[in-house]
Amino acid sequence: MTLSRALPFLVFLAIAAALALGLDRDPKAIPSMLINQPMPQISLPALQEDQPRFESTAFIGEKLVLINVFGSWCPSCRYEHPFLMRLASDKRFTLLGLDWKDTRDNAKKYLENYGNPFAQIGFDDTSHAIINLGVTGAPETFVIDTKGIVRLRITGPLTEEIWNADVEPLLKSAVAAP
Amino acid sequence: MIAELGHFALLLALMTSLIQASLPLYGAERQDRGLMQLASVAGVASFLLVGFSFVSLAYSFVVSDFSVKLVAENSQLAKPLIYKITGVWANHEGSMLLWVLILVIFAAAISIFGKNLPAPLKARVLAVQGMIATAFLAFLVFTSNPFERLANPPLDGSGMNPLLQDPGLAIHPPCLYMGYVGFSVAFAFAVAALIEGKVDAAWARWVRPWVLIAWCFLTLGITLGSFWAYYILGWGGWWFWDPVENVSLMPWLAGTALLHSALVVERRHALVSWTILLSILTFSLSLIGTFVVRSGVLTSVHSFAVDPARGTFILMILSIATGGALLLYALRIPTVKKGAPFASISRESSLLLNNALLIVATATVFIGTFYPLLIDLIGKDKISIGPPYYNRTFIPLFIPLLITMVLGPFLKWKRDDLGEALRKLNIPLVFAALGGGAVLLITMGKYLFTAFGVALAAWVIVGSIWALVKRVKLGSIPFAQSLALLKTTPRAYFGLCLGHLGMGLVVAAITTVTTWEKENILAMKVGETTTISSYGVKLAKIEQVPGPNYQAERGTFEISEDSTVFAIMSAERRYYPLQQSQTNQTAIHTNLISNIYIALGDADSTGGWTVRIYYHPLAPWLWIGGLTMALGGFISLTDRRFRIGIATPNKEALA
Repeated sequence: MTLSRALPFLVFLAIAAALALGLDRDPKAIPSMLINQPMPQISLPALQEDQPRFESTAFIGEKLVLINVFGSWCPSCRYEHPFLMRLASDKRFTLLGLDWKDTRDNAKKYLENYGNPFAQIGFDDTSHAIINLGVTGAPETFVIDTKGIVRLRITGPLTEEIWNADVEPLLKSAVAAP
Repeated sequence: MIAELGHFALLLALMTSLIQASLPLYGAERQDRGLMQLASVAGVASFLLVGFSFVSLAYSFVVSDFSVKLVAENSQLAKPLIYKITGVWANHEGSMLLWVLILVIFAAAISIFGKNLPAPLKARVLAVQGMIATAFLAFLVFTSNPFERLANPPLDGSGMNPLLQDPGLAIHPPCLYMGYVGFSVAFAFAVAALIEGKVDAAWARWVRPWVLIAWCFLTLGITLGSFWAYYILGWGGWWFWDPVENVSLMPWLAGTALLHSALVVERRHALVSWTILLSILTFSLSLIGTFVVRSGVLTSVHSFAVDPARGTFILMILSIATGGALLLYALRIPTVKKGAPFASISRESSLLLNNALLIVATATVFIGTFYPLLIDLIGKDKISIGPPYYNRTFIPLFIPLLITMVLGPFLKWKRDDLGEALRKLNIPLVFAALGGGAVLLITMGKYLFTAFGVALAAWVIVGSIWALVKRVKLGSIPFAQSLALLKTTPRAYFGLCLGHLGMGLVVAAITTVTTWEKENILAMKVGETTTISSYGVKLAKIEQVPGPNYQAERGTFEISEDSTVFAIMSAERRYYPLQQSQTNQTAIHTNLISNIYIALGDADSTGGWTVRIYYHPLAPWLWIGGLTMALGGFISLTDRRFRIGIATPNKEALA
């Protein structure tokens, strides 16, 4: 068996190996440019006009910060909402909201109807902040550690499984670290 | 009950396929007639069983039996009957069942019509077919059972992807699969030849019609798919270099190469081992296509349900089939007799050049398709590869290909003189020069590439017709004699001319539409008028129209030239409440030379509607060209030579 005759076979082996490795990759998973980078400084008006401006870095410090991008127009956010309500009682982190491409009236009605899990809500109807964060769609959630570094970005609705697999370990290590 | 019977038939088919895959192989080795005969019996039995299974599933869809999980998840009561039927293959399980059905149809066709195949070859070919059938039936039974029941059937199903509720989708997948799966015959013949260690002219004569059938259907499938994307997606594009499109293009390119190299084996008994390798390669690319679509390793506009377990299974089938065949090739090819020599200028060499270019083009598409995966594997980066890559790599490869495809038919077998062949091609050369020159003149030298493209298209189109003109010696002998010559010209020769002509039409269309397409995207209010090219487009009215299982907004447009209205076009946006999704029904007005294309978009807050209007000169030739190519193939299939080779006159009826 000379090499030239076996060449097609050998080339195929390499291709098959690459395909096998590729199987457990998710091509739709988009890594964020922000991962392991400091959270950008974002300043937005608050959704409730009587509250102080929303500062993305204001809560960074003692606890982890979660920033959830949502909108009253977004069905997946509605789907995710009950889970956020459950998270609201967890004291190990601060949950912030970023209301995107919305009207104040609709957003307020939405939170009145389904509850408000957020410690503070920024109102971004112009998408300026959203572009800085590289958000591809709502809902999307960022996890920021105590040093202000973005550790995780979750695209799509948060679920129990994603929470347990990705966020919970971060919380545990954050609590253990100091 | 019917569903259970269908499931049971599928299990039985797995058994018969297993028999077909094993005993005849042993029989061929031992020269045992009875065991070899078994292959044909098992082949026909598998076909009947899978056929029954498929009909059972179709029945469950037609009567909306929502206790079958697949029906509940992919159908609904309000859906028109035709989409209930096409719904059978508009989902993973059903489309795999269709895949297997076509596979066993081919095997049964070989069983029944392959009477003059030597018994051992026939037994081995069917055994290899049986192995493929066994693998895919196991895949169906163990990972994708289409007959799974629901304990609590819903009152109505959850409906089918609205994008797929289209007449084009009724025939596109079956055609594509006929192509993909058809190449399994060439694969089986190649593996059988490797086992026997013998390839002769008769072998090529037996394989070629099957390759041709597969190629025709694949051509048809790709053409329909491209047209479907053109009018349903509403983007005004006809080819997106999307992975799912690419994986259908690759077997087509390799299959085109195979079609031509098998010709050399048949006529001159050269390129034997290359043809064997191509047979293996072409079917492997079909399997890779199935793998990519079914496993979701690459992102694509086609969103199918993705399951890694299924991907692993298909990858295993691919590894065993391709890996096994290539290993066999490495071990056995030295025993296969070498071919006859030929000179560097000859029809053989032109076909070899065609093969080399087609395979490099295939590799180009392969690399472009899988490079993002490779980058993802070795680094952390996610990239996507788009048209610029293909424009830079694919087009330069096609230029020499288009030049040789006209030259080839004018070259003699074994040895010829290039100058002499070119002298015979004086007329096509003149047309090419005229075409290119005219473009340069009209555009004042601005569009060099377009001029070159038009020259190439003219070269191929006129060259293909010229091949027929020269064959019947039109003009150089009395007309009556030419007519007599025309009658004796084999149909395969007409097929050749039409096939090449179709390619020329496609090249003309691509060149023209990419250079001169016009686009006008704007917000229009009812009553407003805009222009595209030299036409006026007026948005006459917007109305709500109810459909059987959707609600549509229909925009009616009046198209005018010199303020005379000559066409009314209506574009729709359909909303499917059950699936909460929207589709586009674009309006296309064609005069076979150019298309006016209108897609209706969202309404804005001021009462305007986003409207996308395109003018696509020569775009219809894209699909006319594709259909012409397929037609050429089908005409070749009716050639007498093929009938003597393998089968009875009924062969085409069966295909």
